[in-house]
Order: sequence, then structure tokens, then C-alpha cells
Amino acid sequence: MSSVDCQRQSLMFRARSYMAFAFTPQPPIVDWLKDLDAALDRSKGFFATRPVALDLSAVQLSPSAIGHLIASLEERNIRVLGIEGSAGIEGEAGLPPLLRSGRGSQSFELPKPSSATAAAATVVNAPPPKPQPTSLLIEQPVRSGQSVVFIEGDITVLGSVGSGAEIVAGGSIHVYGALRGRAIAGACGNPRARIFCHRVEAELLAIDCYYKTADDIDDSLRHRPAQIWLEGGTVKISAMN
Amino acid sequence: MAQVLVVTSGKGGVGKTTSTAALGAALAHGGDKVVVVDFDVGLRNLDLVLGAERRVVFDLINVIHGVAKLPQALIRDKRLENLFLLPASQTRDKDALTDDGVANIIAELRRKFDWIICDSPAGIERGATLAMRHADAAIIVTNPEVSSVRDSDRIIGLLDSKTAKAERGERVDKHLLITRYHPGRAARGEMLSIDDVLEILSTPLLGIIPESEEVLRASNVGTPVTLNNALSAPARAYFDAARRLKGEGIPMLVPSESRGIFNKLFGRKAA
Repeated sequence: MSSVDCQRQSLMFRARSYMAFAFTPQPPIVDWLKDLDAALDRSKGFFATRPVALDLSAVQLSPSAIGHLIASLEERNIRVLGIEGSAGIEGEAGLPPLLRSGRGSQSFELPKPSSATAAAATVVNAPPPKPQPTSLLIEQPVRSGQSVVFIEGDITVLGSVGSGAEIVAGGSIHVYGALRGRAIAGACGNPRARIFCHRVEAELLAIDCYYKTADDIDDSLRHRPAQIWLEGGTVKISAMN
Repeated sequence: MAQVLVVTSGKGGVGKTTSTAALGAALAHGGDKVVVVDFDVGLRNLDLVLGAERRVVFDLINVIHGVAKLPQALIRDKRLENLFLLPASQTRDKDALTDDGVANIIAELRRKFDWIICDSPAGIERGATLAMRHADAAIIVTNPEVSSVRDSDRIIGLLDSKTAKAERGERVDKHLLITRYHPGRAARGEMLSIDDVLEILSTPLLGIIPESEEVLRASNVGTPVTLNNALSAPARAYFDAARRLKGEGIPMLVPSESRGIFNKLFGRKAA
């Protein structure tokens, strides 16, 4: 180790979103694979260098069947980096990780080798993507064990956030009840994000990878309305009333 | 119309089975046709609390596997002729429960009974999720204590996401039943107060069952507490809760420290 100052906050993990191709298999899988082969016939190896996610929301597959499907795709030179829409597989050994909060993008047609111009036309003619909403409103309490992730912007919760619940926002977090769980604002590296809550009893408060645990929150600030922000690499809390 | 209730909590040992038996008996006592279903496959207890353990021939898993027909597995209570038990299997585990099997049994019970009360196992795994799967309403049993309250919060989240009703975009009605409430300890701050629990869970209250030796005494003789001593404090609290389930507006009383007498009117309307 060099003389780097090893503070608790020195190791940073940042969430970042990327674009990937989402495959949505339809039952029966055998027929879907045949259709895929027909499509790939036109441009072999197209997906070999591209990230692919598997959206399994249209099919009910056991972990072993998912493993088999991934192997079948690998035979076709398609590597699956993550799975979406199959909550049951979380933690299954040998399967790629579960992806959440995926957003749609325009659909894509495989380029035809014979007419590159046609492919270009498809892209040009595609409708402009709809502007994404930049805030998420939750009218119910967020219960223990629930996790709300909204990387695109702010999250507003009208109820309370229970102990053991988690709110992750790319922007700021507003809680109009008691905040008893974890709140992580500015999750994609936004130091200007803030957390506001009607009653701070949080287990963890984090902004842009800097955090404070419940132990670090002064007793005089607890059970009161509070604002949490980042100043010079330190999470600051002040009462609001 | 038949009502399917699930009695659930997340945490173990808070009084799910006791409450299932007590409420089932109270509803049956009022003339409704009631079946209590034990979903705790592998660790069944409801048969003991109802005193039916020596009459179990077939069980829930036998019916799911087609070994027995549903009427063969139903055990009629000896004291109340319109109270029935569908026991769990003690020799199998929760993996023996299948989605379709449970759906078929609940559908068949709906045709025969006014109330179907499903006694959920502790935890949030297969047994618990299948017990809540087809519920119209849920009774969340909570002790006034932080770990129980947080587990109940988790269960309420699951009721809003994993049940058939939630998947159809409807809401499962939720009722909070606070059990083992000790007025003295709550007054001394050794327990969460009723207000604290309601504030954290923001769920309508169905009843408050005081901590009492009567509950243990009734369990040990295999009788629901509402039948063993109908005048005891916990029995009266269960009878009131049963009437609130039927939609009657019974005022909520917080058990007070003076023994067995409910004297403090609680200014909150029931569920």
C-alpha cells in the first residue's frame, strides 16, 4: 500500500446504467430458438461482441431450464450478461445476476448484409425516444425488505420507509413520513443530490457513495424533520423546522 | 360469499396458530361455517390447539396428491359442529405444496364454507407465500416488540406484491392483531405502545389480545381460548375481533393494568 489515506469512504462503488440488447423468449422456447436462428442467418456473429440481457418475464422457467437456455445461446455465440423478469433465480449458482429497473429503448432490426442502406433507413426512421420521467412518486409506505431503485431522478415517498427497506435514487429523495430504512441519493455520482425526510430514524444515509450509519446520526437530530446533503466529502445533517 | 383469510406474521411464536383457532372458533360460535387450514407442513400445531390430533387420518398434502378427497381430510370439531380443520402433514415439508394443488383446494373450500382461515407458517418462504396466495384479507399478528413489528412490515409488503389479488391489481384487506400485549410493561416503556406499532405499520387495528395465562392453559388442553373460558380477557378480545371481521363497529379497548378489566376507551375506529 502507498501512503494513500485509507478512510472508510475511500473505496467507492458507483452504479452506472448501460445499453444492452434484451432478448424476450416466448414459449415454446424451441420455436423461439428456431426463429432466432432464422434471424441470425442474415448476420452471423452480430451479437458475439454485444451485451445481451435475457428478459424472462414471458416464460416460466426453472433455474436448470434457464441454464440450458443460456447454454443454447452460447452455442450461437451469444453471451448473456444478466437476467430480467425472473425474481425466483436470485442467488442461484451458475446463473448471471438479476437485472432490475430496465428501461425500454427503440426496437432494433438486424442489419441485412445485402442492403446496408436499408438498415441505415431503419435507424433514421425510428421515432425519437420519449423523454424519460425524472421523478418517481410512491404513494404507499415502503415496507421492510422492499427496494425502490430509480436511477433516472428523484424519488418522493408519501408514506414511511420501514426499517430494512431501501430507497436508491439517482437524484434526491423526499420522504413525507418517517425514514427508518436506508436512503441512497445521487447513486450515479451526483454530489448535489439531497435527502429530505419528515422524521429521520434512518439505518443508513448515503449521497454519492459517502454514507452515515444510524450510529453516526446525532441523537438530537433523531425523530425530527431533517435535510441531508454532501459537503466536502462529508454527509451533513441538519434539522428542518 | 366465502372469505379467505390468512393469519400471518413473518416471525414465529407470536400467536398465529392460537389466533387462528380462537378466531375460527369465535366465528363458528356465531353460526358461520368455518374451516381452519394448517399450512405449516412439517411442523403442524393447529391440530393440537384444536384438540383434534388423535383424529387426523388424511391431510392437506394427501389431498394435493390426490390420495384423499377433500371431505375425507376435513375434521369436524367435537364442540362446534360448523368448525372444521384441514390438517397439515407432519412427515413432509413445504416443497410438497404445489401452486395448482393449493389453488384447487381453496376453490373447493370456497364453495363449502363462509370462512376459510389459513394458518401461515413463520418465514417468507414457500409455505408462507402459498398460505397468503389466495387470500381476500390478511390478519397480521404482531407482538409489541421491534423484531416482530419489522417482520410484519416485511409481510405486509409481500401481501401487496405476491398474492393473487395483488397480481390482479387489487388490494388484500389487511387487519392488524396485536397479541401478548402487557399493559404494565407497555406503561413502563418495556414494550412498544399500541400507538408506536400502528404508526410503524400504518395498518388498521383488528384487536389487542392481552398477555394471559389463559392462552397457555387453553392450548395445553387442546381447546381454542375462546371456547375454554369465554369470559377471560383474551377470549373476549378474540370475540370482539371476530365481530369486527364481520363488519360490526365494536369500539376498541386497550387492556389496562387493572386486572382483566377493560376500562380505557381507545379513540380509534377498528378496521
